[in-house]
Amino acid sequence: MSEPISALNHASYEGIAKVEECGLQGMITLRGDLSDKVLAKAVKDATGQKVPGQREALVAGDTGVCWMSTDELLVLVPYAEVEAKLAAMTNALSGTHALAVNVSDARAVFRISGASAREVMGKLAPVDLSVDAFQPDQIRRSRLAQVAGAFWMDDAETLRVVCFRSVADYVFNLLKVAAQPGSEVGVY
Amino acid sequence: MLILNCPYCGVDAEETELAAGGEAHLKRYGPGSSDDEFHDYLFMRENPKGVHFERWRHANGCGKWFHAARCTQTLEVFGTYTAQTSEPPQDIKDAIAAKRPGWTWRGFS
Repeated sequence: MSEPISALNHASYEGIAKVEECGLQGMITLRGDLSDKVLAKAVKDATGQKVPGQREALVAGDTGVCWMSTDELLVLVPYAEVEAKLAAMTNALSGTHALAVNVSDARAVFRISGASAREVMGKLAPVDLSVDAFQPDQIRRSRLAQVAGAFWMDDAETLRVVCFRSVADYVFNLLKVAAQPGSEVGVY
Repeated sequence: MLILNCPYCGVDAEETELAAGGEAHLKRYGPGSSDDEFHDYLFMRENPKGVHFERWRHANGCGKWFHAARCTQTLEVFGTYTAQTSEPPQDIKDAIAAKRPGWTWRGFS
């Protein structure tokens, strides 16, 4: 059996903020009626979190759940547990109109940390990242330059970015350029 | 720059996050319709200077389709609303009437 390795295998870069690839992250895309009690229980069993409200990200470490759209959630679980969690979830949802799929190996995750983390992200996405508009526990799906991506804040100085694995190298290069030393803009 | 509020995820998304989907509220004429009806359904589009209704998709976001009412002359946005409707809701019509009294667009006014 081959050993799973994340897209950039923990590559990192230090500039005005620290950019690092987080390694393997278990991810399950869950689609269905978000007001459904069975679905809510399946999410609770897998992550210990409630179903998030609009644009809410309830994440602790590598476990959590993020709101992706009105009928879609992104469930985060440790990579090693993803198959077991998915099986439990599929079993729990067998009677409802819902779909859960393991997308762990289709994604890459980055962490941006440091006082200028908001600035690094703000250079790449058409999103208001001021403290008033974007807070921890919020997720935003948007674009990172030319590719789709989503990000949320773990705390006031840490952002986590999710993108497709096929564009992981592109996104890492983007983040590196946005985090170049001396490139602070000072708007946030 | 056009900024539309996505009614599904509630964010003010700017143009580069969205994909334009052409004119809104088209009635489909398929099998059984006359050639003229089918021709008009396929090719005839409004090209107004003023109030216009369009479909947009929040492509780099929640991925949902929605409708937008806006002015092609001033880029003013009157409002956005759900895609699950075949005509503009009353509050959108009222918002347009407040700024463009006497507006008409296809069969709506």
